[in-house]
Amino acid sequence: MDQFLQSIFGDTILTHVFMSVLPLLFLLVCAVVTIYVEMKMAAHMQDRLAYMRTGWHGTLQPVADILKLLQKEDIIPASADKFLFMLAPYIVFVGTYAAFAVLPFSSSYIGSAVDLGLFYVIAVSALVVVGILMAGWASNNKWSLFGAIRSASQVISYEIPAALAVLAVVMITGTMSMNEITKFQEGGIQNWLIFGGPLPIVHKLLLIPVMIVLAVVYYVCSMAEVNRTPFDIPEAESELVQGYNTEFTGMKFAIFYLAEYANLFLVSAIAVVLFFGGWSSPFGSFMSGPWWSLFWFSLKGMLFVCLNIWLRWTLPRLRVDQLMYVSWKVLVPFALVCVVLVGAIMVM
Amino acid sequence: MNSLQLFDIIFYILAVTVLASASVVVFSRNIVYAAFSLLFTFFGVAGLYVLLNADFLAITQLMVYVGGILVLILFGVMLTNKVVSVDIKTGTLQVVPAAILVALTAGILIAIFLSTNWIGAGVTNLAEVKSTAPKIGEALITSHVLLFEVASVVLLVAIVGAAMIARREKTQ
Repeated sequence: MDQFLQSIFGDTILTHVFMSVLPLLFLLVCAVVTIYVEMKMAAHMQDRLAYMRTGWHGTLQPVADILKLLQKEDIIPASADKFLFMLAPYIVFVGTYAAFAVLPFSSSYIGSAVDLGLFYVIAVSALVVVGILMAGWASNNKWSLFGAIRSASQVISYEIPAALAVLAVVMITGTMSMNEITKFQEGGIQNWLIFGGPLPIVHKLLLIPVMIVLAVVYYVCSMAEVNRTPFDIPEAESELVQGYNTEFTGMKFAIFYLAEYANLFLVSAIAVVLFFGGWSSPFGSFMSGPWWSLFWFSLKGMLFVCLNIWLRWTLPRLRVDQLMYVSWKVLVPFALVCVVLVGAIMVM
Repeated sequence: MNSLQLFDIIFYILAVTVLASASVVVFSRNIVYAAFSLLFTFFGVAGLYVLLNADFLAITQLMVYVGGILVLILFGVMLTNKVVSVDIKTGTLQVVPAAILVALTAGILIAIFLSTNWIGAGVTNLAEVKSTAPKIGEALITSHVLLFEVASVVLLVAIVGAAMIARREKTQ
């Protein structure tokens, strides 16, 4: 892909710019589709129809929503800290989008094939926390500040079990590169890490229960990191209006919204890379290749996005103390035990 | 464009970012601005590490400083400044001792800078180093295992201490 683009543009800088814009295009389409799917799924789960008037079954509604957001007046509250208020949405989005640099979208497209991909993803998400704190503080609003502080403490707490689950995968694959982890799981559905990876049969059978627990731990943590129900206490609308983005309107709000959906796809994609074979085809070499791998990656990613939406509209919100209980007293011990078990199985 | 030229351009952009944001940290009267400005300082330094092919160091910089220390500072500043509504004084105090300390630190740093053999033995060709993480991992549990263990014990003590303080507050 890199060489191909270079042969078209004949210029390294232009190639890199083009390479770095591709995930953004994917993301914009993905966000529009996710918004539509979310509204429809939510409506059908609550026995209603959602929008039906704009286009066939309301398919044009997300486009209308975006046009509406684009022309809204951009209001900055009088007592807000103007500079930080304007900067915050961009910091949040940059933090989310930066992680897309190491996502292997297809067997021939990855923004940056660094060896430390997973480590980088965990590290760069810290930027989102800072952006959220910035938004909450700059709004000069109690709801916003409370939302921001809740969100930051939640993301920090759930990073620990998530990092432990990632560590267990790294212990099996022996690499932190997301592309290498995907290649490790190539060769069909039985080689995915959730089914023990391409290891000898004894190791595989022992690993399967451990990997299932780790996948659940990682998925719960990822739901907490995107601040959605049942982990939406940062924006709990019945207590905090809308949390850290209460005061934001127009494009600034749209950027927060986009960052949320980008983050949702990102954590789903990481779960896919870690446990479900990334871009590799479930049928071995059948239906594989650069375009098919892009198809499999987006399909698996969207499936987990849909799972998240399903859970969002099914489960009630956790209380603050329950939230901390789940992270520190349930997920962390389970993840620690799993890491030790994986280590023991791997040295066997 | 010449790749060396590109390296220089990126270096100067990052250097200006680091210096400008660090001066905001030092000179800003608003302590929240100072704290948020640290974000750009840390990012610029991480960028410089990337430019020097020290990828592991760069990501660790983000992890520890942005993800840990900066968030901790922000929490401290926000919880004390806004919720308790105490004005945090930011003024110039203790000019003479501070000046002496700064001069000493600067002197030591410049002395180290001048006495280090920057382009000497021990510097391998950057193109040959494919991945830094496995080498760092090996070094940590072989030649530097004592430092590694001491650091982990210190961290454990800090965690236990923090838990102690948090718990004592609850029982009162």
